[in-house]
Amino acid sequence: MSTNPRTLLDKLWDAHQVVAETEAMPGVMYVDLHLVHEVTSPQAFAELRRRNLPVRHPQRVLATLDHSTPTTPRDDLGQHIYASAEAAAQVAQLEENCMQSGIELHGWSSDHRGIVHVIGPELGATQPGMTIVCGDSHTSTHGAFGALAFGIGTTEVGHVLATQCLLQRKPKNFAIHVTGRLAAGVTAKDLALHLTGKIGVNGGIGHVFEYRGSAIEALTMEERMTLCNMSIEAGARAGLIAPDETTFAWLQERPRAPRGKQWLRALEDWRALASDDGASYDRELHLDAAEVRATISYGTHPGMVIALHAPVPAAKDAQERRALDYMQVQAGEPMTGMAVDLVFLGSCTNSRLGDLRAAAELLRDRRIAHGLRMLVVPGSVAVQRAAEAEGLDRVFRAAGAEWREPGCSMCIAMNGDLAQPGQLVVSTSNRNFEGRQGPGVRTVLASPLVAAASALAGCIADPRDVTMAGVSMTTEEQAA
Amino acid sequence: MNPLTHLRSRTAVLAHENIDTDRIIPARFLTTTEREGLGRHAFNDWRYRDDGSADPAFALNQPNAQGCEILVAGRGFGCGSSREHAPWALLDYGLRAVLSSEIADIFRSNALKNGLLAITLNAAEHRYLLAHPGIELAIDIAAGTIELPDGGRFRFELDAFSRHCLLEGVDQLGFLHRHEAQIAAFETRREACA
Repeated sequence: MSTNPRTLLDKLWDAHQVVAETEAMPGVMYVDLHLVHEVTSPQAFAELRRRNLPVRHPQRVLATLDHSTPTTPRDDLGQHIYASAEAAAQVAQLEENCMQSGIELHGWSSDHRGIVHVIGPELGATQPGMTIVCGDSHTSTHGAFGALAFGIGTTEVGHVLATQCLLQRKPKNFAIHVTGRLAAGVTAKDLALHLTGKIGVNGGIGHVFEYRGSAIEALTMEERMTLCNMSIEAGARAGLIAPDETTFAWLQERPRAPRGKQWLRALEDWRALASDDGASYDRELHLDAAEVRATISYGTHPGMVIALHAPVPAAKDAQERRALDYMQVQAGEPMTGMAVDLVFLGSCTNSRLGDLRAAAELLRDRRIAHGLRMLVVPGSVAVQRAAEAEGLDRVFRAAGAEWREPGCSMCIAMNGDLAQPGQLVVSTSNRNFEGRQGPGVRTVLASPLVAAASALAGCIADPRDVTMAGVSMTTEEQAA
Repeated sequence: MNPLTHLRSRTAVLAHENIDTDRIIPARFLTTTEREGLGRHAFNDWRYRDDGSADPAFALNQPNAQGCEILVAGRGFGCGSSREHAPWALLDYGLRAVLSSEIADIFRSNALKNGLLAITLNAAEHRYLLAHPGIELAIDIAAGTIELPDGGRFRFELDAFSRHCLLEGVDQLGFLHRHEAQIAAFETRREACA
C-alpha cells in the first residue's frame, strides 16, 4: 500500500483489495454490503442454484421490493394490484430466494420496505468506508456516506452472492470542487443537473467523482444523496463525499449503526477516510455554487439541461434536433409556461422527507392546476410514516395530489405507474430518456420545488413566483 | 459462455448518440425472471409501430440489416441503467458485437461477461463505419483487429482479461472461486481487526 497522499477512493480501494490487479488480470474486490431488489436478481439466484452454490454471506445482503411493486393501496381482499402476473411472480421469486438463502428481506410486511437506495441509509446499513454494490445504477447514492458504491449487472450479482467479491479494475479519481453556497431556492438536484450538463452524459466514464469543497460540506445528508445519486448520469462509476460530522450525526442510533464503544471506534476509522492533503486526481473540475440556478432538462438525456428561465439552445446536430422534436420544445424559447400533464414527486433521487417537506411547503393551502395529475411517492415506509406524522399527506391530498405507497414508481415506470404518449411530465427523478416514463412520454427533470410550482401553475413554473403570489385559492377550491 | 475468437459479418448502423439501456430494452419488459427471450423486445419502441407491426423506417428493420451480427452505434452507447437485460436482449436478437467511440462502463462490463464484444474505436474510425453501413467486417479478437473489405485494418484495445475470457469462454465465477484461499484470508484478517 502506498504511503503517498491518498484520495478517499484510493483508501476505500486499498482497504477492500483481496487480490491486487495486474496488467493481465483485474483485482478481486471485497464487498461489504450487497443490496438486492426483485428485478436484477432472479437470474443470479437461478445461476447459483444451477451450480449448487450457497449464498456465501447472507448477513451481508439486504433485500427489498421496490421496482415492480404497485404504489396503489391493496384491493378489498387485501391483495396488491400488480401491473402483470409476471411482476407478481418476480416479487414472489425474490421472497422465495431470500427465504431459502436466509437473506433479510424488507418485503410487504416490513416497516422498512422502500426504494433500495432510500432504505440502506435509513437502516444505517450504509456506512462510511464500506464497499456497497447493487444491481442498480443508482447505487452511487450511497457514496454520500463515503462508501464506494456502484451498480453492477446480474452476472456480477451472482458473483457477489457466491463469493462476496467482484473482479474489478480501479477507476480513476475525478475531483469536483464546489465552493461558495447554493442560492436560496437552489437545491442539490439543481446542482446535480447543472453538473451533468457541464460534464456531459459520458464525461465521467471510467471515473469516480469525489465532490469536495465548502458547498458540499454545507449540504445535508439527504442533499448529498441526491447529488451522488446522479453521478451515474454523467457516466461516472460512483460519486463520493468524505464523511464528516453531518454524516455521523445522521447515522448515530440508526438500527444497523454501531453502538457504544464500537461507535467510537467506527468514528475514528471514518474520520481517517477523507482524502489526504496533496492527494492527486486524474481530473478536476471547479465550480462556484453561486453560479447554479434552478435547473431543468429540456432534451432526452440528463445532460441536456438549462437554467429554469433560459431559452432552449439551438440544436447542434440531427441528434439534438430529434430530441427537441420529441420534447416538442422550440430552440430560443424558454420552457417556463409549457403546459404540464403530470407531476411526479419521488424516486431514489428525491423521495426523502426533506424533498416532500419542500414540495408540501409550496402546496400547503393551495390546489394543483385543474386537469393535472400529481403523484407523490415516498421513498420508503419510514418516509411515508414520518411524512404522515407531520400531516404532509394531508397537505398533498388537500392540494389535489395522489399520496401513494412507497416504490420506484414513475421513475422507471415498470409497475403500471406511467403517463400517456405525448404527455409532459415534470419529474423529480433522474432520467429523461425517450419513453422512460411510458412510450412517447416527454420527461422534464426538475427539483421538488420546481415540480411543486409547476403542479400549481399547470405549466413549468418558478417556485419563487408561487411564494411571491402568496396563498391563492383556485375557483375549484372556493367552490368546494 | 461460448468462446468467441473471430467474427465476420456485415454491419448494421444505428447512428444515434447516447442510446441508453431504456432504448435497448424498455423497463416494462424487465419483469421477467429469465434471461432468455428478450430479443423480441430489443429496441422495442423504435422497432415496432403502435399496431405492433415492424416499423420499416427503423434501420434494423431494413432488409440489408437482416442477419447482421455487428452493430455500429453512435457515441455513448449503453448509458443509463445497469440492466444486464440490455446485452441479453442484443445477443438474443442476434448481435455479437457493438462498436462505438464511447461505451458506458456498466454496459460494457455486462456485455463482455455475456460474450457480446463491446469495442471502442477512435473518432475517425468510428465515423468511417457510421458512414458505411452494411460493409463486411472481419474481427479477430486475439489479434485485436478489424479488417475492412478494402483491405484496411483498424486495431482495437481490449483489456487482456476480457480478451482471454472471450477467447476461452471463461466462466468468471469459476475464476473468482479459484481465489477462495485469498478471500478467506481477507475475511479472517478483517474479523481479527473488528
